Amino acid sequence: MSPTDLAVQAQQSAERRQRVVNDFSIQVATVNGSGSQTANLVLLRSILSMGVPVSGKNMFPSNIAGLPTWYTIRASKRGYVARKKEVDFLVAMNPETAKEDVLTLDPGAAVVYDEPLKLNALRDDLVFYPVPFDKLVAPVCPDAKLRRLVRNMIYDGVLAKLLGIDLALMDKALAKQMGKKAKAVTLNTGALKAGWDFAEAHLAKQDPFSIEVMNETAGKILIEGNAAAAIGCMMAGVTVVAWYPITPSSSLCESLIGYMKKYRMDKQTGKATFAIVQAEDEIASLGMVIGASWAGARSMTATAGPGISLMGEFAGLAYYAETPAVIFDVQRVGPSTGLPTRTAQGDLLQAAFLSHGDTKHIMLFPSSVEECYEMAQEAFELSEQFQTPVFVMMDLDLGMNNWMADAFKYPGQPISRGKVLTKETLQKLGGDWGRYRDVDGDGIPYRTIPGDGLPVYFTRGSGHNAKGQYSERPDDYVENMDRLSRKFETARGFVPKPAVETVAGAKIGVIGYGTTHWALGESRDQLSEETDVKTSYFRLRGYPFTPELGAFIDAHDRVYVVEQNRDAQLLQLMKLDLSPERQLKLRSVLHYSGLPIDARSVTDDVLSQEGFEVAKKTLRTAGSSSGMTGGE
Amino acid sequence: MAGKLNRIGLEPVVYKGGKTTLCAGCGHNSISERIIEAFYEMGIDPQQVVKLSGIGCSSKSPAYFLGGSHGFNAVHGRMPSVGTGAMLANKQLIAIGISGDGDTGAIGIGQFVHLMRRNLPIIYIIEDNGCYGLTKGQFSPTADLGSKLKNGVVNDLPPLDTCALAVELGATFVARSFSGDKKQLLSLLKAALAHRGTVMLDVISPCVTFNDHEGSTKSYSYVKDHDDPLEEVSFVPFFEDISVDYEPGSRQEVTMHDGSKLFLKKLEEDYDPTDKISALKRLQETARRGEFATGLIYIEPDRDDFLTQLNMVDEPLATLPLSRVRPGPEALEEIMEGLR
Repeated sequence: MSPTDLAVQAQQSAERRQRVVNDFSIQVATVNGSGSQTANLVLLRSILSMGVPVSGKNMFPSNIAGLPTWYTIRASKRGYVARKKEVDFLVAMNPETAKEDVLTLDPGAAVVYDEPLKLNALRDDLVFYPVPFDKLVAPVCPDAKLRRLVRNMIYDGVLAKLLGIDLALMDKALAKQMGKKAKAVTLNTGALKAGWDFAEAHLAKQDPFSIEVMNETAGKILIEGNAAAAIGCMMAGVTVVAWYPITPSSSLCESLIGYMKKYRMDKQTGKATFAIVQAEDEIASLGMVIGASWAGARSMTATAGPGISLMGEFAGLAYYAETPAVIFDVQRVGPSTGLPTRTAQGDLLQAAFLSHGDTKHIMLFPSSVEECYEMAQEAFELSEQFQTPVFVMMDLDLGMNNWMADAFKYPGQPISRGKVLTKETLQKLGGDWGRYRDVDGDGIPYRTIPGDGLPVYFTRGSGHNAKGQYSERPDDYVENMDRLSRKFETARGFVPKPAVETVAGAKIGVIGYGTTHWALGESRDQLSEETDVKTSYFRLRGYPFTPELGAFIDAHDRVYVVEQNRDAQLLQLMKLDLSPERQLKLRSVLHYSGLPIDARSVTDDVLSQEGFEVAKKTLRTAGSSSGMTGGE
Repeated sequence: MAGKLNRIGLEPVVYKGGKTTLCAGCGHNSISERIIEAFYEMGIDPQQVVKLSGIGCSSKSPAYFLGGSHGFNAVHGRMPSVGTGAMLANKQLIAIGISGDGDTGAIGIGQFVHLMRRNLPIIYIIEDNGCYGLTKGQFSPTADLGSKLKNGVVNDLPPLDTCALAVELGATFVARSFSGDKKQLLSLLKAALAHRGTVMLDVISPCVTFNDHEGSTKSYSYVKDHDDPLEEVSFVPFFEDISVDYEPGSRQEVTMHDGSKLFLKKLEEDYDPTDKISALKRLQETARRGEFATGLIYIEPDRDDFLTQLNMVDEPLATLPLSRVRPGPEALEEIMEGLR
């Protein structure tokens, strides 16, 4: 380190000593399987109940117990909920990663650590708070076997004292988290108190960070995207669900099972108005969904990239035989097994064209838990309206992390089952019905359903004519494929429209989708506040693209497409639709480390592409330490 | 099969399908004929039937029977999942799935295994000729050890016994027959329609084009010579009031789910098709002799089927009105409150 660097650090440290209220991140480094999730959620919930906007992100290994895991909580008075790259407050509980966790902190950060780790010897530009966790846990938890699980609650007590979090609110959050388990509540409350008391007696506040009451979270809920989607499915009237366990989608169907058992049992008979089946694999899952939709049920599955790969053949069948199917893809890092517990937006191109032969699928891109809830319902509507698969493209960050949100609104519309033939329609058609005939000019045919008493047909993935009969005739094939294209064109007018924010005088446009959205709002603020670069914003919500896309590009000189994959998949997909002039305006900003995208990375990338000098900072990535290489 | 009306007032012609495109003399066509007879004689409403299949010669055949029923020719080896979905959507349907030995034993063995385990109500027929007909005669997994292809290639892998697998895996009605044995096949098909649960019916159905030569163990002549019927099967549907007299001990009577009765005249003294262990033993023994045990191999009439286990409402899920599938605003409010 050069003398100049040290001078810069000293200056930064001085700045950091000014009070920082409701605008910092806490990272808790633990070992998975140690009950830290409870402590982290209690911390998250108590900050939320102080009225402070907050977000929590879990970075965990593909493993059940014993490997490093990090949980990041960000409090932000401005409401920024994307991951913050810099860690301001570290809780170092894991001996295996503690050293690297401390060495990668920015100067001025604070560290609560397990005293025997002696981390204070590593650096002199941080604030250290040693806590003897083992000594503190013993008196509050006489049963030695349970200590491992209760121990983590101590850091919540310490943090409450150091950061000014109301201990009563923390007790309340703990009670909510623990539910009716009285013994667990008593043990953990004791641990909380022990942490608080220790901090009060032994730790003098030296860091600048604190939480103060705000009024920004009244009425807000805290929910994972997977659970939000599950509620949406239930409200959409789903009746048949087939799934195969896979991270990060499993909790979508598991939450759904919980909700359905509670709210979808027939009042008179006590019987289920649904069937949820754990299939033998993802292939069978989609097969069941297709069979159920064909026989008239609202049906869905949820999976992740490896499952999507397996579903290819059936996706083509559903497209070509024209059966509805709702498929949630909670994306994780690929290719192959990839990083199963890390987030990405890497399945876009595969989902768009899933299957051999000419195939195109409708996709929806929820950004928030509210949209998980709403788009789940929209997916069923579109899938039945267009008699085709609809992919809801979520990701691990959205699906498995807790997000604060406004309470969901009860659906205002009844459901629509699309063009299902009725006796009346059949009469209107003069009795002459063909399963794949385009009667209305929108490419969407009328279907009948087994058991409905109307004309039957033979459904097949082989070539067929407008009447559904087997055909290898060139004209039949072309006519059918062209009609399917026409149907896809019709869908352009029905998929969710983008959310567009046009800023007067902005020459630069930014396009994002899914969870990328959260980093972009913050990044656009950084751009305008730090460099006066004004940007307009286009948040994509559905595929096929709607006319707003071309208009947005035309209105700007340069358009940055920001996404969480290596190959600029959305940009590639857009190129297929856009004129060469529009294509030339597109730039790409990519983030694909497996961690949720952060605003600073986007800002720096855009600035550098705009010709600004950008200071190169070391990329701090949780999970880069050697402990993470052992898991399978 | 003249124009006589069956018990629901339908003529035999209603149960026919399209004109077959399979080879003349193909065993599969005989099976289609027996299916037509069985559904007609049992008085099944074609509107309530769904025909399912995978890919291959066998899987084409649902187009050749029950033209008044919905059909779904799915993807190779994956018909069980599509059939499962359809039955979940509408438990009142009657499902018949047609597969082949390749469609089941090779590409579809995974889905076959889990279909059997679930005991889904479906009649699952394997039209078994020991070869891939539609791709010109390659061996399938049910080809016997030592069986010869037309070009002289000898099979040196042991065969899958789909019946033994089905018994082992949990199917509740397992039978084997021969496309040439009209009487036995028809009785088994009618009994299958009276059963509630998975019926696994393996029908040896020689491929006249690729597997009917000297040296093949799935040729007409070989099968005729090596057919080892376990019993004479007679079926009396619940709606026919027929009393059967027989010497005590010479026949076994099985009461089906719908009250129909199956009479099994014992050809083998100690054979009891309700005993899983003896069923598996007998299959092994006949296979060792190079023969085919045909007839009802195993039956378990009382086990709950998959749909019963799921405890669904009585009506089809597919047609439940919105009021029964969308919880009210108070439910959403309760969920939201729990998340605050």
